[in-house]
Amino acid sequence: MSKNEWPLWEVFIRSKQGLSHKHVGSLRAADAQMAVENARDVYTRRSEGISIWVIESKDVYASDPTEADALFEPADSKVYRHPTFYDVPDGISHM
Amino acid sequence: MNTLFEYTIRLADDSLILGHRMSEWCGHGPILEEDIALTNIALDLVGQATSFLAYAGETEGKKRDADALAFLRFDREYKNALLVEQPNGDFGMTMMRQFLFDAFRKPLFERLQHSSDKQLAAIAEKSLKETKYHLKHSSEWVIRLGDGTEESNGRIQDALNTLWRYTPDLFYADEVDQEMQQQGIAPDMAAVYADWNATVQHVFQEATIEIPSNNWKQTGGRKGLHSEHMGHILAELQYMQRAYPNMEW
Repeated sequence: MSKNEWPLWEVFIRSKQGLSHKHVGSLRAADAQMAVENARDVYTRRSEGISIWVIESKDVYASDPTEADALFEPADSKVYRHPTFYDVPDGISHM
Repeated sequence: MNTLFEYTIRLADDSLILGHRMSEWCGHGPILEEDIALTNIALDLVGQATSFLAYAGETEGKKRDADALAFLRFDREYKNALLVEQPNGDFGMTMMRQFLFDAFRKPLFERLQHSSDKQLAAIAEKSLKETKYHLKHSSEWVIRLGDGTEESNGRIQDALNTLWRYTPDLFYADEVDQEMQQQGIAPDMAAVYADWNATVQHVFQEATIEIPSNNWKQTGGRKGLHSEHMGHILAELQYMQRAYPNMEW
C-alpha cells in the first residue's frame, strides 16, 4: 500500500447568511471537489454551515511566529486606535 | 395480504439492510474523512428505515413499532432487494453497490414524493435530499476508481461484474406494485428503470468500465428469498433484542 498521503486542505465554513467564512480545521483529499465533500461530512454534519470554502494548505502563506514581536506588539500601546474616546450623543441607543 | 404494508416494508428493508452494511464500515474506512462519510450514509439509511418501518407498523395495525419490525422478524419476512445484502468486499465493491442502489433510489423517490399516500410522499421527499448526496458521492467514487489506476479500474470492474446480476431485483414488480400503482401510491417502475439505466450508462462510460455480457438475473428479495448472507446480517442486527428481549438503552 502506498504511503503517499493526499494533500492537506484548510476548511472554511459560513455558518449563516451575512457572516463570513471561518476557518474550522483541515482534512485530506485527492482534489478540491473531494475536499468540499469531505468537509461537508466532517464539519457540517451537525448543521454548522451553509457554505464551504477549501484551500490547499500549501497555498496558505503565513506570518513568521518569530517576527510576532515586531509585527504585533507595536499596536499594543496604541489604545487610541479603538474608537472609545468619543462621547456618544444622547438619543443614540444602539451603540 | 395488506399490500400497503408489503410495499412499505420493501422500501424500509432496502434502507435498513444497506444501512446495516454501511455501518459495518464504521472505524474501517480507508481514510478518516471517508470513514465519516460512510457512516453518515449509514445513519441516513437507518433514519429512512425508521420512518418507513414506523409507517409500515401503523398500516399493519398489529401494534408492531419500528423496533419490533427491525429486530424481531425472521429472514423470509425481510423484503429488501438482494443487492443491498451483498457483502461490503473492498471499498470498490461497497461504492459500486451504493452507486447501483442510489441510481435506483433517486428516480424512485423523485416520483414517490408525489404519491397519493401522504406519509410515503413525505418520507420520500425528506429522503430524496439524502439520496441525491449519496448518489453524488458514490458516482464520483465509481468514476474516480474506474478512471484511476490499472488496479483501481480492475477492482471496480470486478465489483460491477459481481453485482450486476442483482440489479434486476431492484425493478422486480409483482401484484403488490401493480395494485399500489393503480392507487397512485407507487410510481411506474418502467420510468424509474429508464432513469436508472441512463445514469448507470453515463457513469460507466465516464469511469471507462463495461457492463458484463453475462445477463443472468438473480431475483427473489421482494419475496423474502435471500442470499446466504442474510442470516449472518440478521444474527448481528438482531443479537441484542434476541438475547435480551425488550432491552432499551
